[in-house]
Amino acid sequence: MRARNAEKRKKDFKEVALGLTEKEAVREAKRCLQCKKPMCVTGCPVEIDIPAFISAIREKDFKRGIEVIRRYNMLPAVCGRVCPQENQCQGKCVLGKKNAPVAIGALERFAADFEAKKGVPKKPEKPKLNRRSVAVIGSGPAGLTAAAVLAKTGYKVTVFEALHEAGGVLTYGIPEFRLPRKIIEREIDFVTSLGVEIKLNWVVGKIQTIDDLLKEGYDAVFIGVGAGSPRFMEIPGENLNNVYFASEYLTRVNLMKAGSFPKYDTPVKRGKRVAVVGAGNVAMDAARTAVRLGAEKVYIVYRRTSAEMPARLEEVEHAKEEGVEILFLSSPKEIIGDKHGHVSAVRCDAMRMCEPDESGRRRPECSGNEFILEVDQVIMAIGQTANPLLTRSVKKLRLWGAGYIEVDEEGATNIPGIFAGGDIATGAATVISAMGAGKRAARAIDSYIKNKK
Amino acid sequence: MFRIIKKESVAMHVEEMVIHAPHIAGSAQAGNFIILRIHDTGERIPLTIADSDCDAGTITILFQKAGKTTEELASLKEGDSIRDIAGPLGHPTPLKRCGRAVLVGGGIGSATLFPILKALKKKRNRVTVILGARTSDLLVWEHKFGEIADKMWLVTDDGTSGKKGFVTDALNEVVENEKVDIVIAVGPIRMMQAVAELTRFHDIPAIVSLNPIMVEGTGMCGACRVSVGGKTKFACVDGPEFDAHEVDFEEIARRLAFYKREEMESLHKYRTSCKGRCRGK
Ligand SMILES: Cc1cc2nc3c(=O)[nH]c(=O)nc-3n(C[C@H](O)[C@H](O)[C@H](O)COP(=O)(O)OP(=O)(O)OC[C@H]3O[C@@H](n4cnc5c(N)ncnc54)[C@H](O)[C@@H]3O)c2cc1C
Ligand SMILES: Cc1cc2nc3c(=O)[nH]c(=O)nc-3n(C[C@H](O)[C@H](O)[C@H](O)COP(=O)(O)OP(=O)(O)OC[C@H]3O[C@@H](n4cnc5c(N)ncnc54)[C@H](O)[C@@H]3O)c2cc1C
Ligand code: SF4
Ligand code: SF4
Ligand code: FES
Repeated sequence: MRARNAEKRKKDFKEVALGLTEKEAVREAKRCLQCKKPMCVTGCPVEIDIPAFISAIREKDFKRGIEVIRRYNMLPAVCGRVCPQENQCQGKCVLGKKNAPVAIGALERFAADFEAKKGVPKKPEKPKLNRRSVAVIGSGPAGLTAAAVLAKTGYKVTVFEALHEAGGVLTYGIPEFRLPRKIIEREIDFVTSLGVEIKLNWVVGKIQTIDDLLKEGYDAVFIGVGAGSPRFMEIPGENLNNVYFASEYLTRVNLMKAGSFPKYDTPVKRGKRVAVVGAGNVAMDAARTAVRLGAEKVYIVYRRTSAEMPARLEEVEHAKEEGVEILFLSSPKEIIGDKHGHVSAVRCDAMRMCEPDESGRRRPECSGNEFILEVDQVIMAIGQTANPLLTRSVKKLRLWGAGYIEVDEEGATNIPGIFAGGDIATGAATVISAMGAGKRAARAIDSYIKNKK
Repeated sequence: MFRIIKKESVAMHVEEMVIHAPHIAGSAQAGNFIILRIHDTGERIPLTIADSDCDAGTITILFQKAGKTTEELASLKEGDSIRDIAGPLGHPTPLKRCGRAVLVGGGIGSATLFPILKALKKKRNRVTVILGARTSDLLVWEHKFGEIADKMWLVTDDGTSGKKGFVTDALNEVVENEKVDIVIAVGPIRMMQAVAELTRFHDIPAIVSLNPIMVEGTGMCGACRVSVGGKTKFACVDGPEFDAHEVDFEEIARRLAFYKREEMESLHKYRTSCKGRCRGK
């Protein structure tokens, strides 16, 4: 996909990837073999009928294209942009064995953007209310999807969101240059147009518990609170000034608009030489945000090799084009501070990859050498874990691992009437898997309530 | 939107505000705080719930004009609205029947002790309150405390009200003369640090309420992290109250000063460009 010139885009937060033109889209659609047994579909967590929507684009019936997608996917404009397609649909496309796979994500984005541009009426039919109500906690992709599906089925849905804006990670985590705000706003407007009420600034677990919600008359509750708690490395120096967790750094910039300080009141420190620890999407987003805030040099510090990097391929490439340098086989062991308690450097172990263990996984180990990276800002992006704020307030809710909610395939927890999905059930995952979970849980909630009657 | 029901200056630079927020009033407990954002371009700032009234559906906050946001907040009038308020946040103060408690408040910190005093009295504890400030004009709510506390000490640096000296001088006198089961202190970092040292010396359990810089207030960003007993804790969800003897005060003082330059810039811009007139933009 075409992208804006790296030198220009480094200076602003406008979207980087430009999307396909109509001509490009039709040409790309023509490459699809329309397989009888489309492997691509098995790679898509919500099993979009990919050959069908691509065939519509090939015939220039873009309206039909988006209609096919919308049957499976509530947030096509988002997924087309942020799905890790190389591991999902495109990773399975048969063409990929020899050549480039069909650019399914780009086509999906094209169809969604066409819909937005042409203003194809997306007005939902007003669902008939069935006098039952469901509470959804969290307005990320899992919560929004569950809410929309339930609303369409006729439920009165209230979404409770802790922050002052809806959208979850889409709003406070993923930067504008990857996912413009107006796209998220459009999708949220769509959800509210179905009759869903979103209550902002509403921290469930503090204002009231889930028990209270059930007592207030909600027939079921869906928990989609994400896995928002930052993980630390527990190395010395992590609390020095100018060490940020990526979530704080990105929240300041995306949600609070700190890039426009002092027009907006929330500040963020602009590092000159920045080390970002980790190599997932969060790390790429933080690194590229630092570039845009004027950093002279940005390093990604990662303890494994390029083969293991969890970030989307496109983001890694874009980051490199923007001048981000990736230091592989490097593991921070100490953050060093100056006499004022500000970051001045990071001490790293140089790693090497061991032979694969029984599970076939290669692990990094210390090579015995170390090096020092002089930086004035460090951003930790080594992952998120479950936030216990809500789960702590639900008695007897069964959890697993680091506090994630245990659910069955349908999203049911061990407590009747309480369902969960998205990152809080799986651990940090993807937008599309969170949506898939929201959709499955919505169906399970529907049958739960119907059987209860 | 949250409507301001009442606003009043209670001391020099200190404002009391009663805000309509029924869902928060209904669930607020002693020690809880809120995070508010005045308008669209505003910052999220934490303020303690100093009092709440379930029936009226209101919460009361007391704040000191410390910088841009609190100054702008102070420029709002009765009938105006605040865009966002989230809460109640933080752990409630662990309050039980403990016997004799001493509450130590410095400056604006004093007022935030009020719900704790009420709750402690409800559990039939004997409570001594020590309120301190630089000068008498800065003392807040001393009358409200006086009505409930078993014993009151007022202390000012310059002796314009009550005893001349620091709150720790008064605290020292109290603990040397009677058995104290717990000390709870809220105020400037250095004051809380001094209380921590004094109580450690006398081997009395002590709790302090920390006030690090916060962003979202639900445990998701890590902005508010503090070191307690060598472990990193998030003040917004693990606190804000912690065992005074375990807190790394140097670290929190350093982290609090991190945005000094930006805070000055913001305040300067606010004062010169709009002087409170661009409220609610
Ligand atoms: C910086 C970043 C970049 C990413 N990039 C990608 C990408 O490119 N592609 C991709 O597929 N995935 C990406 N991800 C992962 C993806 O965003 C998540 O997997 C997905 O958002 C999870 O959705 P969710 O609905 O489970 O939770 P979230 O999106 O986390 O939403 C949860 C919501 O619940 C709210 N909440 C929490 N507690 C409460 C409470 N007690 N009461 C009320 N509300 C509450 C939160 O404020 C939040 O708004 C990225 C994640 C991050 C952080
Ligand atoms: C849990 C909690 C409860 C609080 N309760 C109250 C309260 O009830 N009443 C009240 O007046 N204040 C309270 N504070 C402090 C209050 O949040 C800050 O005074 C406020 O954020 C300052 O914002 P500002 O933009 O006006 O000033 P800024 O320009 O941001 O700061 C001005 C000055 O205040 C200092 N400062 C900045 N942030 C804080 C902070 N979080 N705590 C202490 N000092 C800070 C700065 O170092 C600077 O010197 C509380 C803080 C926390 C974390
Ligand atoms: S939703 Fe994601 S995985 Fe599914 S087809 Fe679209 S881009 Fe591929
Ligand atoms: S696997 Fe590839 S070629 Fe086959 S239908 Fe899917 S996108 Fe088309
Ligand atoms: S304020 Fe974000 S974790 Fe406490």
